[in-house]
Amino acid sequence: MRSRKAIGTIGVNIFAWVLSLILITPLILILVNSFKTSTAAAEMNLALPEVFQFSNYLTVIEKGRLGVSFVNSLIYSVFSVTLATLTSSMAAYVLSRNRCKANKIIYFIIVLGITMPINFVALMKVMQILQIVNTKIGIILLYSAMQIPFNVFLIHSFIGKIPRDIDEAATIDGASPLRLFFLIILPLLKPVLVTVMVLGFLGTWNEFVLPLYYLAHSANYPMVLSVYNFFGRYWMDWNLVCGNIVLTSLPVIIVYLLGQRYIVSGMTLGAVK
Amino acid sequence: MKTSKMYPAYFLIGSLLLFGVFCILPSILGIGYSFTDWSAYSDEVNFLGFGHMFDNYLKAFSDEKYIGYLGNTLLFTFVTTIVKNVVGLALAVLLIRRIKLLNFHRAVLFIPAVLSALVVGLIFRSVLNPEVGLLNSFLRQLGIEGPQWLTNPDIALWSVMAVDIWKGMGYIMTIFIAGLMSISPTYYEAADIDGAGGWQKFRWITLPMIMPVLVVTTVINVIYGLKVFDIVYALTGGGPGYATEVLYTGIFREFGYGNFAMGTTLSTIMFVVMIIVGYFLIRSMSRSEVEE
Repeated sequence: MRSRKAIGTIGVNIFAWVLSLILITPLILILVNSFKTSTAAAEMNLALPEVFQFSNYLTVIEKGRLGVSFVNSLIYSVFSVTLATLTSSMAAYVLSRNRCKANKIIYFIIVLGITMPINFVALMKVMQILQIVNTKIGIILLYSAMQIPFNVFLIHSFIGKIPRDIDEAATIDGASPLRLFFLIILPLLKPVLVTVMVLGFLGTWNEFVLPLYYLAHSANYPMVLSVYNFFGRYWMDWNLVCGNIVLTSLPVIIVYLLGQRYIVSGMTLGAVK
Repeated sequence: MKTSKMYPAYFLIGSLLLFGVFCILPSILGIGYSFTDWSAYSDEVNFLGFGHMFDNYLKAFSDEKYIGYLGNTLLFTFVTTIVKNVVGLALAVLLIRRIKLLNFHRAVLFIPAVLSALVVGLIFRSVLNPEVGLLNSFLRQLGIEGPQWLTNPDIALWSVMAVDIWKGMGYIMTIFIAGLMSISPTYYEAADIDGAGGWQKFRWITLPMIMPVLVVTTVINVIYGLKVFDIVYALTGGGPGYATEVLYTGIFREFGYGNFAMGTTLSTIMFVVMIIVGYFLIRSMSRSEVEE
């Protein structure tokens, strides 16, 4: 009985390793090939490079103009995450505290936005009217808007756990609604704010559909879209494409490793209660 | 102090403006435009007239091309939802047992979920390359000549679904793990005393207890599947021909061709379906909140 269990445990462990290998092999493939010469990378295999071509990365940064697209991605994610976190936490706070009929309906409609698809074609019309097609500010506003439903949903459920006595005590002490929110409530929201900010950052960094529709000039492209453009031009040079993929994914992987706890909790919180 | 004064409505302005202007307004405008002949070829937008006002919709449900988009979207949603649920739950049950380096395996399985679909698409264009790609090279060593994964119209959509499952199953597994951890171990201890086997414990404890989570993962997968764009665009761009074209890539193609009215009609069909799905989803979720 015991030996059967031991064999079972070993079997499960082997299976887990096989599985992890299947998932990680494509990623290793990219990493390994990013250090090869163009001819060696064309074979697309897992062999280690004979000589590590670190200069590939310099070529990629220069030819792919990664500096520009990196700054673009940073601008899009930092500004949209800040704007979305601020507006959605303010909204979630009032919607959670003052549950009058109108606010309940507003909450319902905003949360419906989690499933609601975007009508990209008609959105183009709206963007044209506002004259923000092909602009950075347009993309920032769009990304902010896209984050709001999920943020409101997550923050709303968190605020429900903060006792209202705090609000009343502060109000009796003469705090205005704005002071109460920014000085007392907002610091208490820190865990959920970190979660929505990390998720918002990942989402914005990885997204490319909005730039695809609404940015015509590659000077405004975020990193992910420029890697795709780069592939279009240098598809013969897989070593460079791989290098570009590594550099584009690096920020996401760093944020993932640092914020794993927040990401997993945020992505599962809505699902498991 | 009055509640409305303590929690003033102007706190809502920012969210309502952003969400209203960029999410709600286009959807409503889009419904209106779906009854017109809006296109890139004319500056004028004309109402189709009452006799013909549903012409775009009739076309969407009769033209073989558009039915193909709908069919592919539904097939993609159906297959990826079922496989991700089954594989995700199986992995969760497996990994939650005593495994060395559990956190390492969980982290590895989750990484594809945080990578951009565009990047994953490029990676798999290499892996699935029929001549030199990793997969076919591997199969060749086993004496099998692998197919043209992404350019054979009979296989392409299945390849796309497989890559999507590779990318998404870790996320679904993570949700299941969180669900499994919330099941009290006393059930399993009681079952052990009664002499229940592994399968019996899964069938009579795990499965019923995990049902609410299964409902949620199903909803997540269905919503994702119906809205899928990224991975299809990155792997095949909807090709070869229209073999892998789903609704959202189809909308992008119509947009590129300048058939704005058709694009907004397809979007509106999607909008109506998703609103109905979302309505029932939120209703069921807020009900369970009340029960707590």
